[in-house]
Amino acid sequence: MSGAEILFGIYCPPHPQPLLSPDANEGYGRLRDAYEACREKIEESEADIILIYSTTWASIIGHQIQAHPEPEWVHVDDDFHFLGSMPYKFRMDADFAEGYREAAEARGLHSRTVSYDGFPIDTGSVVALKLLNPENRIPACIVSSNMYANRAETIVLGKAARDTLESQGKKAVVVVVSSLSNRMFTEHIEPSEDKIHSPKDDEWNRKILEFFADGRLEDLSQLSREIHGQIRVQKVVAYKPAWWMAATMGQHNNYQGEVLAYEALHGSGGAVITLTPSTDSIGDKEFDEDDVEFYRGDRSVLDKGMI
Amino acid sequence: MLGCLAPHPPHVVYAENPEQNEAFAEGGWETLRWGYHRLARKLKSIEYDAMVVFTPHWQTYIGTHFLGLPRFKSKSVDPVFPNLFRFNYDITVDVDLSEAMCESASEAGIVTQMMRNPDFRVDYGTITSCHMLNPDWDKPIVTISSNRNAHYYSAEVMNEQAGALGGACARAIEASGKRVVLVSSHSLSHRHFVTESPLPEDMSREHIYNHSQYVWDMKLVDLMRGGRMREVIDIMPEFTEQTIAETEAGGLTWMMAAMDHPDYPAEIYGYQSVIGTGNLLAAWDPKEASREIVL
Repeated sequence: MSGAEILFGIYCPPHPQPLLSPDANEGYGRLRDAYEACREKIEESEADIILIYSTTWASIIGHQIQAHPEPEWVHVDDDFHFLGSMPYKFRMDADFAEGYREAAEARGLHSRTVSYDGFPIDTGSVVALKLLNPENRIPACIVSSNMYANRAETIVLGKAARDTLESQGKKAVVVVVSSLSNRMFTEHIEPSEDKIHSPKDDEWNRKILEFFADGRLEDLSQLSREIHGQIRVQKVVAYKPAWWMAATMGQHNNYQGEVLAYEALHGSGGAVITLTPSTDSIGDKEFDEDDVEFYRGDRSVLDKGMI
Repeated sequence: MLGCLAPHPPHVVYAENPEQNEAFAEGGWETLRWGYHRLARKLKSIEYDAMVVFTPHWQTYIGTHFLGLPRFKSKSVDPVFPNLFRFNYDITVDVDLSEAMCESASEAGIVTQMMRNPDFRVDYGTITSCHMLNPDWDKPIVTISSNRNAHYYSAEVMNEQAGALGGACARAIEASGKRVVLVSSHSLSHRHFVTESPLPEDMSREHIYNHSQYVWDMKLVDLMRGGRMREVIDIMPEFTEQTIAETEAGGLTWMMAAMDHPDYPAEIYGYQSVIGTGNLLAAWDPKEASREIVL
């Protein structure tokens, strides 16, 4: 395992309400306050980079990494366009992006940087960066979530992030943008009536939050497939953010976890959580899914054993 | 109403090198593009008032949304293929028709919403299909979002709800007295390669992702040639699941319901793979006098 320096991690939701309508619902306001607490923690840290993995940036051609030094646009969400526009101008670490691409390719992944005026940065990344780093004090990097990627590829992608941090000697705050349960209401609701879509989703969310609070990130990574089956709408093949976050942060359970807020966002589960590396060890289970260092692509199973 | 199944890989716009697109290509995907040229010529020869586009790349989960401002001018950059598609667009919308369809759908019990944020960026699926069908951009359009029932429920629910939406839109169009070209903007089979050749338009690298996808696509083409659109829609859930098809968004189901499931042959303009996906260009012309056997 490499010696990358991760100062702490943040898990936060992709929805725009905490940014655009924090006063519409007390819960949205509490999420906004939690983002604010994270912003202060970032400012007090010695971070060189904010590294984001966003579940609302889907890619197909490998793993895309934002490399435009100053992307600027006015973003509008596909569903919540009526809440308003999100003008942004961010500061990206293009050197890190290039290094991340090289590290990903060295581990067998297909990866490329994107640096185009007007490239559509996703809602989740825009919300996170505007709330966590509003003055662009720290440069950022965003990596996409490949829609076909599964566990091995995602774990390796996280390890490539560590390789890059180590080789460039940069201290990072790692941000994962993702809901917990992601089933929204399929009709309009009054913000004041917002709640988690179902008791089952709420129960699972609270169990996940217990793991986060105990700092058991690797255990969450191991539970990822179960979480996907239980409370994730089947838009993509797997619930990947815990895999990437755990791989990037070192694949263990030794963190101090803090759940700053947990609220409904149009029915989905939105939580703002911090995980800070610590020396305490929690849990007594060994992990049963293989670790993987290098992605070797398809195993050509379909072509084997043919009569 | 005339209906077009018009796939939107940005590669075809890229290969055309229109002045609106910033990227430059040495060509590619001619089978699709030449088919588009022929269908565009046919559309030039008929009179119509607007194009109504159902797009998979405006994905909504809270109902179906309709463009609701008269003009959108901006740049569309494809999030997956930004190297190919950075298109400066200037689009006119038939807001009256859009509002009428939204209202009709709402009356039918479908959750709807008008989109009136002037900063909203029109999706590249709409732009690609419309540009290839009408490169002069001299007709107003209406874009309808794709409500992702297949994600939240199942392909069967998608089929039912997209069909209901098609019926509601047809009633609004008929009441408006307008002549409309319906556009269902999507591929058939939709499994992509996850790598891209150094020169994207290198046609020596282009082929369907696997044979199973090809066989399914050809099954649908055969049914379309035979005018068996009711049957196509009936097997749509199975087709969608077997080929990871872009029909999951509901576009073809919507259009066929709006056209009352044609029992006449589709005009086939071309079929070609783009980065592994199966792309069929086809049209349904209700007027027998102008209907052709193209391919």
